[in-house]
Amino acid sequence: MEQQPLLKVEDLSVTFRMYDGALAQKDLSVITDLSLTVYPGEIVAVAGSSGSGKSLLASAVLGLLPGNAVTGGKMYYRGELLTSEKQKALRGKEIALVPQSVSFLDPLMKVGPQADGAKKPLPTKRRKSIFQRLGLPEKTEKLYPFALSGGMARRVLVSTALISDADLMIADEPTPGMTLNQALEALTIFREMANEGKGILLITHDIDLAFAFADRIAVFYAGTTLEIASAKDFQNGPDTLRHPYSKALWQALPQNGFVPLKGFQPYAGHLPQGCLFAPRCPYKKERCERETPSMREMRGGEVRCFYAT
Amino acid sequence: MKLFRWKNRRTRTLCYMTLLGLLLLAAYLFGLLIPEEAVATDFMNAKLPPSLEHPFGTDSLGRDLFFRTLKGLSVSITVGIFASLISAVIAVLVGVAAAVGSKWLDNAICFVIDLFMGVPHTVLVLLISFALGRGLKGLLVGIAVTHWTGLARVIRGEVLTLRNHPFVAVSRRLGKSSGWILRHHLLPHLLPQFLVGLILMFPHAILHEASISFLGYGLSPEQPAIGIILSESMKYLSAGLWWPAVFPGLTLVLIVLLVDKFGDNLKRILDPYSAQE
Amino acid sequence: MKEKILPFLGAFFAKGVRMLALLLVVSIAAFALVSLSPVDPVQQYLLGAGPVSEEQRAQVEEYWGVNDPPVERYFNWLSSLLSGDMGISTLYRRPVSDIIGERFFNSIALMLCAWLLSGGIGFALGCVMGAKKDRWPDRILKKVCYLFSSLPTFWLGLVLLLVFAVWLAWFPVGFSAPIGMLDSEVSLWQRFYHLLLPALTLSLASFSNIALHTRQKLIDVLEDDYVLFARARGEGEGTILRRHGLRNILIPALTLQFSSFAELFGGSVLAETVFSYPGLGSAAAEAGLNSDIPLLLGITLFSALFVCVGNLIADMLYRVVDPRIREERR
Repeated sequence: MEQQPLLKVEDLSVTFRMYDGALAQKDLSVITDLSLTVYPGEIVAVAGSSGSGKSLLASAVLGLLPGNAVTGGKMYYRGELLTSEKQKALRGKEIALVPQSVSFLDPLMKVGPQADGAKKPLPTKRRKSIFQRLGLPEKTEKLYPFALSGGMARRVLVSTALISDADLMIADEPTPGMTLNQALEALTIFREMANEGKGILLITHDIDLAFAFADRIAVFYAGTTLEIASAKDFQNGPDTLRHPYSKALWQALPQNGFVPLKGFQPYAGHLPQGCLFAPRCPYKKERCERETPSMREMRGGEVRCFYAT
Repeated sequence: MKLFRWKNRRTRTLCYMTLLGLLLLAAYLFGLLIPEEAVATDFMNAKLPPSLEHPFGTDSLGRDLFFRTLKGLSVSITVGIFASLISAVIAVLVGVAAAVGSKWLDNAICFVIDLFMGVPHTVLVLLISFALGRGLKGLLVGIAVTHWTGLARVIRGEVLTLRNHPFVAVSRRLGKSSGWILRHHLLPHLLPQFLVGLILMFPHAILHEASISFLGYGLSPEQPAIGIILSESMKYLSAGLWWPAVFPGLTLVLIVLLVDKFGDNLKRILDPYSAQE
Repeated sequence: MKEKILPFLGAFFAKGVRMLALLLVVSIAAFALVSLSPVDPVQQYLLGAGPVSEEQRAQVEEYWGVNDPPVERYFNWLSSLLSGDMGISTLYRRPVSDIIGERFFNSIALMLCAWLLSGGIGFALGCVMGAKKDRWPDRILKKVCYLFSSLPTFWLGLVLLLVFAVWLAWFPVGFSAPIGMLDSEVSLWQRFYHLLLPALTLSLASFSNIALHTRQKLIDVLEDDYVLFARARGEGEGTILRRHGLRNILIPALTLQFSSFAELFGGSVLAETVFSYPGLGSAAAEAGLNSDIPLLLGITLFSALFVCVGNLIADMLYRVVDPRIREERR
């Protein structure tokens, strides 16, 4: 039976209106033609190197982009179009954000009341049990954010999403600054939540961890997805992968030979014509520099390439 | 198109500034050129309310308040310009000395700045003016000596940042002398700070001048300073003579606002990034 | 508990020492300045009123150490100052310490009212401007703030006096108490009544600073990560302002307000003079005008002490209230 996706993003684009120099105005396209879906019970990782605009995806889904951003495309939550009113109503209730770092906690508010949030009645009892489940000591609630260790801060941030009981969680770079064990621990929590039927959008640059914990992986490059594949394809290696970039990523991993890919990811504002990956693609043909490929289905995944097989 | 719009904005700011500058200059020159007869005592026409003939009315001695105010303004502007000029020069010297001098000197200068900030300015100006036997000299020195601290801190910070800038380090590695670095790297950066600081200090200086004159220090009672006119107006306030209090004060506020505006625009032109809001 | 208090006391002590050093230098500078003046304190005393006995004359000469070199004179003066003898006011013919004591009581009432009023108005306006950044309430209020910061305090006082005391006759034209009434007969209400206009003048002249500062601080806070996260958790703008905004802008605002004692005192000199309010400020102006050196010196030192105490409170406040500094050494 075809399940209804929790989140469906169709051709999302995000453009910033910038003021260049004193008063000249300029549009900067940061996300283009991005499409993906998250089903209940699965972890979808959006993986890409830093500077690719991944974090903006989280803001776009939640409707929290800065005022000078213009979005295009459509997003659906449980089949309903996400308008800005809808986003406002769903934020913190159905869709929860697990932010990147401790700087997302109010420095002058103790952790306990802060995790409780502003909702009435206060979910204090629930929070206490979630803190316990995450292995946060009882005294944590009386600490200020600056006093938390990196791992504790991470768990407190995760706890806020659990307390909200949201069905869709967007975790924005949840692992940097953690030891491997802490990262594994955090991702295990996400796995458990997914097993309980929640959908998780995991935004990360740590491809290795994404392989290990996600169900599907969207390879993110220069503001768009180049390939969406099941994690199994990544575990199997380059032969089951579709896009040249995904293959290169696989080969760049330490355990797979550490072969670096030459060149740099293009910056927003300096995107090439045609396929965004073409300048670095070993297989590029003349058409790639002229036309922009769109996502197409292939072997149970999706790929944005004219010549992928 | 974009370039054109930017230019347009810049031109507009420049025009605006020229206009403001001319207005200030006109007020100043006009005040200087008014003959003594225009503000002569005339008991026949004492305490007249504003009319076409006397737009600001006349005071208790029958002097025309409009001309008196303008004369007062040019006195205020003179005092303001000199006081803020001295103050800004002190600020640059002290700020640069603190930044490039030894740690000991820097500490000493910061202590002195704290010292100046530790006594209310009005009290300090009173004290200095008193020490110099009141009068114009005391007023000038008092205002000049109390206004440099803020700008000195800015300059000190600026020089400290510049000193650690790569291009200064490169110049030094290339064997350029300190004097060369000062001329080619520091001064071009400090000049805008100095100008903006100077102009934004000016309204404060005028306001302080008026306040101190109002308190009876500074300029002598015959002089037509705004502070003195307002101080005189107090005696007749309860008798209902409102115009000697209202108009000269309004004119003073107007000038202060104009100069402030001028300084803001100058800041925008010299440093378009910091002023972008 | 102990480990929390010790660093605090340490910081307090260090600041206190610096404050004393500052006051000492102020006293040297002030003494040097009045020594520079053409006015001779002994002559001034003798000039003042009527017959002066030889004994009194000798006393005053000894106090100022007329025949000693300047440095010695300073130390003589300092040691009498430290033993509580601030000299005799030549204007009022009474010990300076008595006058300062009396007048400070009046001044503190005035300054406290103005301080609370300007802090309250400024903070509230700052919050409104920050929350409505670049929309019409912000634009209008910003103009108002710039306007008020360009108004000379004494002229503002004059205009208020003209409107409320002369035209509307709601308030008396001056003095902290009705004329011809004994100090003890003056009721608290009457005192307040006479204090209201000068306090209003003083606060209107100083609220814009705190308002503009609070505005900027709130704008910064509202762009912070934790506010973004609060929005992501579904908190409304009002809730965010209450829960996170106020909490994070209150300490900077209080600190600024405590470190504005210098402007407050300076403003009180003008406001008190306009309203003939018998406080320290008007006394300072009169002392200078009448060449009352002991009183002028006394008030200068006192005002420096007042400013220092404000700065000290501002500094300590951070340590007491901000958990990051309060607990950093644990």
